[in-house]
Amino acid sequence: MAYSDKVLDHYNNPRNVGALDKTSPRVGTGVVGAPECGDVMKLQIEVEGDRIVDAKFKTFGCGSAIASSSLATEWLKGRTLNEAATIRNTAIVEELSLPPVKIHCSVLAEDAIKAAIADYKQKQAEDEAPHPTARRA
Amino acid sequence: MNTALKLPIYLDYQATTPVDPRVLEAMLPYFRENFGNAASRSHAFGWRAEEAVENAREQVAAAIGATGKEIIFTSGSTEAINLALKGVAEMYASKGKHLVTSLAEHKAVLDTCKHLEKLGCEVTYLKPDKSARISPEQVRAAIRPDTVLVALMWANNEVGTLNPIREIGAVCREKGTLLFSDATQAVGKVSVDVERDHVDLLCLSAHKLYGPKGVGALYVRRKNPRVRLAAQIDGGGHERGMRSGTLNVPGIVGLGQACELARTELAEESARCRALRDHLQQRIEKELGFVELNGHPSERLPGNLNLSFHFVEGESLIMGISDVAVSSGSACTSASLEPSHVLRAMDVGEDLAHSSIRFGIGRFTTREEVDYAAEAVVKAVRRLREMSPLYELAQEGVDLKTIQWQGNH
Repeated sequence: MAYSDKVLDHYNNPRNVGALDKTSPRVGTGVVGAPECGDVMKLQIEVEGDRIVDAKFKTFGCGSAIASSSLATEWLKGRTLNEAATIRNTAIVEELSLPPVKIHCSVLAEDAIKAAIADYKQKQAEDEAPHPTARRA
Repeated sequence: MNTALKLPIYLDYQATTPVDPRVLEAMLPYFRENFGNAASRSHAFGWRAEEAVENAREQVAAAIGATGKEIIFTSGSTEAINLALKGVAEMYASKGKHLVTSLAEHKAVLDTCKHLEKLGCEVTYLKPDKSARISPEQVRAAIRPDTVLVALMWANNEVGTLNPIREIGAVCREKGTLLFSDATQAVGKVSVDVERDHVDLLCLSAHKLYGPKGVGALYVRRKNPRVRLAAQIDGGGHERGMRSGTLNVPGIVGLGQACELARTELAEESARCRALRDHLQQRIEKELGFVELNGHPSERLPGNLNLSFHFVEGESLIMGISDVAVSSGSACTSASLEPSHVLRAMDVGEDLAHSSIRFGIGRFTTREEVDYAAEAVVKAVRRLREMSPLYELAQEGVDLKTIQWQGNH
């Protein structure tokens, strides 16, 4: 299977590989997929106010899955949570020129974004008292 | 010798092999001056072609302990498998409609069995053990009075495991059931003898043993018992009526020459391949943890090494070693999104099936190439593990089996 130049670039030079402190109230973590399906994505966002200031990923999966999550972290940085929630898998497919058999990789990336945002929002809701970091932002 | 490595390196000898220069040399005259049709009885062009075909028939027969009259030339193993299974099922329909095979067989066998089921046959699919082997006891328990054929491969194409064909053959002989063995991966790699091993039908393919693509053979036993087949391709009555169609003379000459080389060089070549395979395995296992061997530790093809690398998906690993040509049991290398049916049948676990890589070593593989491949694999696995959330969890001491994953497909 031939890969697009953009997939190869993200695979060879993945952006934002790593981990954020998942216990921090400012960090939302999304883990989607399953090892049995051949792909697991972990995507994390760090939020200040309503803006994503940092994003990291780790992915077990094919080159297209790695590229999709790498691209997602690039797009998330600097966006507000509402803007981030509008990222659709179709945009990832288009940007990376993914073939039909790899569309599920982009779907997984969209799911990971949603899961990370949901995790962050849940942390905020659980923490009803104004949080020191939230106040500062 | 310090020659520069030529990239990419080919380590996929179970997929196909390059034509040996000696094979090509033998074939060339049959494209040019000796272009005759082997069925032309009225002139020297035809006689020369026929002579070459008959010589090749003897060469093929000698490689598997058969006689020339028992060899039917086909377009390859897939056709030979179709002819054997459908031909036996049709010819012996009055005796019964039951076949026995295994879940680890090649798709050519499994899909042909599916076709026969649609036509009213019953097929028992034996489940292999964790190393992909079928035991003679399983075969004995599966044979019924109406069983017409047992179809089991000699060597598995993915994990290289050898079935105990001689013992299985003895069971089939005792029960009076015919045994077909797909020996596509075995001929030229391990000792194959249809008499010693009690095999009644067997297929082989030229391109897996340094011959050309598009030609193969089916062995059909003529004595004790005499096996009869219903032809699946009708026409001019070539190959004693069992496979019509003008013979592919250059291809057949190439197959014959390839079998001749395989027979005379088998011992030396298999020892060399085994040493290189063991070297590759040892180098990888010395530098990386969490590596599993798929298949049988000793009963396997000398040139096959199938490994699963925990926490790393196979296709991404293949991308990471792009100048080493290997294949993966991972879903993503096929259009189906299903991981290898062989690894699934072996119960290695779906996650490890997605993490498997098949290395195939052969006649032209050098030690320098193996060293290069080992280094590339180690480097890529380390890099991908640093990127893997599963590796991170394992490092934190989390047992991945205890996690509730949300599968999306």
